[in-house]
Amino acid sequence: MDGHPPGTAEVDLGPLGLDGGGHLLVARALAPLPPGGRLRVTGSDGHLGVHLQAWARRRGHGVEGTTVVRGAADRQRLAGAVRAGEPGAVAGRADATWGLAARGALVEAGAPPLAGADLDERAVVWTELAPKLYAQAAAGQWDPATAIDWDPPALPGEVEAAVVQVMTYLVENEQAALAVPARFLGRIHPHFREVVQFLATQVADEARHVEVFTRRALLCGGELGISGAGGRASLQTLLDEPDWPTASFLLSALGEGTFLSLLSFLERRAPDPVTARIARLALQDEARHVAFAMGHLGEHLRAAPGLRSRLRAAVLRRHDALASTAGLADSVDDALVVLAAGAFTPAAIGAGWRRVRQLEVEMDEARRRRLVRLGFADAEATELSALHTRNFM
Amino acid sequence: MVTRPLVLGAVAYDAKVVTIWEGFRRYFLARDLPFDFVLYSHYERQVEALVGGQIDVAWNSPLAWVRTRRLAPLARAVAMRDTDRDLTSVVVVRADSPVRTPAELAGRAVGTGAVDSPQGTLLPLALLADTPVEVRRFEVGVGLHGDHVGGERDAARALAAGAVEAACMLDANHLLFSKEGTLPPGGTRVVAVTPHFDHCNFSVVADHDALDRFVTLLLAMDYADPATRPLMDLEGLTAWLPGRTDGYDQLEAAVDRFGFYGPAGEVAAAGYRP
Repeated sequence: MDGHPPGTAEVDLGPLGLDGGGHLLVARALAPLPPGGRLRVTGSDGHLGVHLQAWARRRGHGVEGTTVVRGAADRQRLAGAVRAGEPGAVAGRADATWGLAARGALVEAGAPPLAGADLDERAVVWTELAPKLYAQAAAGQWDPATAIDWDPPALPGEVEAAVVQVMTYLVENEQAALAVPARFLGRIHPHFREVVQFLATQVADEARHVEVFTRRALLCGGELGISGAGGRASLQTLLDEPDWPTASFLLSALGEGTFLSLLSFLERRAPDPVTARIARLALQDEARHVAFAMGHLGEHLRAAPGLRSRLRAAVLRRHDALASTAGLADSVDDALVVLAAGAFTPAAIGAGWRRVRQLEVEMDEARRRRLVRLGFADAEATELSALHTRNFM
Repeated sequence: MVTRPLVLGAVAYDAKVVTIWEGFRRYFLARDLPFDFVLYSHYERQVEALVGGQIDVAWNSPLAWVRTRRLAPLARAVAMRDTDRDLTSVVVVRADSPVRTPAELAGRAVGTGAVDSPQGTLLPLALLADTPVEVRRFEVGVGLHGDHVGGERDAARALAAGAVEAACMLDANHLLFSKEGTLPPGGTRVVAVTPHFDHCNFSVVADHDALDRFVTLLLAMDYADPATRPLMDLEGLTAWLPGRTDGYDQLEAAVDRFGFYGPAGEVAAAGYRP
């Protein structure tokens, strides 16, 4: 050849300059060469010589005329790089140095480790249900503006007031159900992507529930109802819980689980189609949240049976903390009766009363079933279900 | 045993200088080299501090090196970046300019960087020293010896806007300005290129017990080490190399030609106020 040492590779950039992307062709041609390997770069761009030396110098390559002598900086940059697990498999523990990298990405070393994501063990956060439940959640998102026919119903004044009181109660409970997963979202290592994604949909679900219950409360132009001190005290204990499995157990397995019965009741007994519809839509979402919690708690308990005594202690602790509070406010209990009665006659109110008492029985039975599914013995499930907050959530 | 820390001076041309030297200080301290740094607002102050014995090592611009050597003839350059070697500057015109050679710039306006920029002003203007051009300096970061790219960028903008016939800049900045769109891609033409020159170095004028250890540790800094690589990226190198001083002859000649410093290192440039 024309005076170039044997083994010199070549790349022709044609008219392309290094200010127009030509460096990609040069880098591609350099990649397979060993350090010290030579690459002759040709092309017709008038700035090729000037730009080639500037580009190569900054990347640790040598330049002799228009021949690049390959350096090692690009390989040194990835010398300590590791894969952030495998894309199709969930690691037992996610390393903080993986940071926010995609699962399976090649992680260049040197960035600060991910701070704050202390929930990094598969046994604590993962459930095999997460990918499926996230997919269901993504597909099941509904638009409050179109999923509900918002025509104001014409209910008797006392019945409308009861609906408004129940909605007022639901809104604050949904606010708690939004805040609890939101608080843990940033603490879960993003390696467990589908868990993070699922919790994000859970937060979005609750945001929608807050919206539709608020909108129903205001639909007929009245004022909102009462926010009872006991109810808020009960919800505060959920917000205060710093332990992820415990918080998930109290909020989702017990609280939202109990709400499944309540929302089903509201759908069946609603005095108007708007209330029935929003109860149904919220029920579908809440069922997913409960399924997720039951999934990851079940897997966690199989790996660490000692968790069960922690969960039991949490129920007892919460019960003690709330022992001096009123639990479900009379205003809410009464409103449920009137809502289920549909009219202010002795017969209707009597029927409504019996239906709410039956609801409480159904709630208790469902809670006990879930506790048994989590491995609690029958007697213990009965005891713990009875100690669950009277505020339902 | 070393009792007095090695004190290095660096010029605070950008906020990142604090990050860089805090990081390098941690690197040296972790390897039992007592090390401190002092930041200066401009290179003249730093050079005077080096020659006056207030600091042991100066992270010097090429122009600061030239002055250091004039003030202290026994000064040495102990290390430099791989990227400090074999740079060039260019004089560029718009692609449709009638100017084909440096001589054809006679009587025309040429945009440069700040008065004290080796790569943006002194070295490329030396290529035109025999041509009577109208120099239009873009004085950004005077005293920083061209470390601030703003003057060269303003000159490039003036070229693109037609306010000057030609502009002077470092080869890497011509690539940068073309890629970022300050200069239209393919819209300029190089009419002159300087010979290769060297850029910064660590200058010393007196011995210090820890100097050898400083240089050894510096040269041992490994781009494969994830703890130091981000600092090396910030400082713009992939490896430290031993210092060499044969890449500054062009600048020495330009400094003499334009009377920037006197033979004994006195600041002589008219209107130069760092």
